[in-house]
Amino acid sequence: MRAVTVFTARAVPLDRADVDTDQIIPSDWLKRIERTGFGAGLFSEWKKDPSFVLNDPRYAGAEILLAGANFGCGSSREHAPWALEDAGFRAIVASSFADIFRNNSLKIGLLPVVIDAAIVSALMRAVELDPALEITVDLQAQRLVVTRVKVDVAFAIDAFTKWRLTEGLDDIGLSLRHEVDITRHESGRASWSPKVA
Amino acid sequence: MTATLSRKVWDRHVVHRAAGEPDLLYVDLHLIHEVTTPQAFDGLRLAGRKVRRRDLTLATMDHNTPTLDIDKPNPDQIATRQLEALVRNCKEFGIRLYPLGHANQGIVHVIGPQLGLSQPGMTIVCGDSHTSTHGALGALAFGIGTSEVEHVLATQTLPQVRPQTMAITVDGDLPDGVTAKDVILAIIARIGVSGGAGSIIEYRGSTIRGLSMEGRLTVCNMSIEAGARAGMIAPDETTYAYLEGRPHAPKGADWQRALDDWRSLATDPGATFDREVTLNASDLRPYVTWGTNPAQSSTIDGLVPDPASFSDAPRRESALRALRYQDLKPGTLIRDIAVDTVFIGSCTNGRLDDLRAAAAVLRGRTVKAGMRALVVPGSAEVRERAEAEGLDRVFIAAGFEWRYAGCSMCLGMNPDVLAPGERCASTSNRNFEGRQGTGGRTHLVSPGVAAATAVLGHFAEPKDLTS
Ligand code: SF4
Repeated sequence: MRAVTVFTARAVPLDRADVDTDQIIPSDWLKRIERTGFGAGLFSEWKKDPSFVLNDPRYAGAEILLAGANFGCGSSREHAPWALEDAGFRAIVASSFADIFRNNSLKIGLLPVVIDAAIVSALMRAVELDPALEITVDLQAQRLVVTRVKVDVAFAIDAFTKWRLTEGLDDIGLSLRHEVDITRHESGRASWSPKVA
Repeated sequence: MTATLSRKVWDRHVVHRAAGEPDLLYVDLHLIHEVTTPQAFDGLRLAGRKVRRRDLTLATMDHNTPTLDIDKPNPDQIATRQLEALVRNCKEFGIRLYPLGHANQGIVHVIGPQLGLSQPGMTIVCGDSHTSTHGALGALAFGIGTSEVEHVLATQTLPQVRPQTMAITVDGDLPDGVTAKDVILAIIARIGVSGGAGSIIEYRGSTIRGLSMEGRLTVCNMSIEAGARAGMIAPDETTYAYLEGRPHAPKGADWQRALDDWRSLATDPGATFDREVTLNASDLRPYVTWGTNPAQSSTIDGLVPDPASFSDAPRRESALRALRYQDLKPGTLIRDIAVDTVFIGSCTNGRLDDLRAAAAVLRGRTVKAGMRALVVPGSAEVRERAEAEGLDRVFIAAGFEWRYAGCSMCLGMNPDVLAPGERCASTSNRNFEGRQGTGGRTHLVSPGVAAATAVLGHFAEPKDLTS
């Protein structure tokens, strides 16, 4: 995972609430066993509509997705963040995210940025007026800044995840620092705990 | 100190806790399947890591397996490649696999409880959002992504921030014809598709207590459709009666020890939840979804709503889009909507009780001419037991297709898909756009409503057939 610190990019507005993972990446794509190449399947059904916002050439190259509330609801498929990442997105900005999608995104360094719904709407309108508008996401300072429209807001992220992302650390390695605790816990498990093998 | 069920189970599994960090939780059971694991195994290989607890990891095939001709070569080569990858990975890493054709194969969330592997007080994870199902037995069970699958394979733990707690209390007697599926659809209609976000729901109250284990599994299954991290029901005599004697259930002295322990799990009197919601069971009716998310539903006696009637702008927008996609007009009676296909199955309603309920409606009746109807048992064992009871013959005589076990038309990864524009009454859990096939239109219902709908060709409840 590459370290996430601060970046400035253009954004595309997807003004829909409850965008589900079946739309982000339809199930047909889930048969692939590779880790890359899912960008081609991103919103593949919605993209069949020429007026769909991600088909609008004015937003080509956008690295931030502005979205409605509860983005990423539905399945646990990490293929959804993979598809967004593969298509060049580095952050999704919305007023709320579905829990599993949020976790999955944080694992790969795709930043879910939660800000107030009214500000998300205002940013969508601003980007529609000016697709070249640049948004700065600063994980270190935990701020989203759009100088041109005078937006400068804080976003929350727990200290541990922030540290892991800014250092680009391997989550598994971090947990394995507690190997002794894991082994101790294992020795205290109930005698009847089921075993598969 | 008083505590809730979820808090008790959570605290027992904390391996490491430090201020400002997520808790490191131990995982008692990790279920895996073909779709969300290949990249996790690649990650292990890349880092030179092993599976820490092969004895707490179980694999099966369910999502993209065929439900016909399972003994013949699968013409879907991409699916075959994925299924073969699971076989290879399980072999290389020493994980037990119940492949297609095995007596224990089935949907992950059906086989865990069926084998007695899912038990009260456990932590259970799977790379699948409906892992919430296992909470019906008093386990803390939740869906994870592929990076987390790799994490659990390597460490048998997961760093997790403790969710909030939410109590949903349903009291009273269920009216005739109202099932567990209707209870959970009513709950989701009430709190919305993100109403449970960031929370573990505990389902409580006399109605929940009165549900069979299979009904409870249906309720907990759809917790994720309300956005919840997990859903749980405190274990009780129904739970113990269900578990006793199952292959992996504790035996002998261990059974007594386990019972003593499980009895201490229930939420203490006086413990508080971050949020509480109550529903009255006697108000409920069979539900049918009209939209493209599980909260967009109406009772069977109701109408397709007018989007203009929603005061909240995003909900209005979403209803408008949904009706356009579903090709429905506001004001249409739900019973007047004609249906092309009926699907009975999935981890929500693919268990033996569900098949019995549908068969009871279909006995001596036939599917309306021109309709397509299929039953896909949730597991090979459900299929076998249903056949032993003669349910397959009831379904086949009525005009249903009797298939092999798997997820099938619930998510349309195998050939069981809807054609564009095709309308389906489905006992599954998601009515998202294209979920059952590109352009397909899904309406979520209970097994009884699905069966009655198959007979009449439009949405109907079992009572409609006798009156
Ligand atoms: S039956 Fe449907 S919801 Fe359940 S695990 Fe399979 S695909 Fe997921």
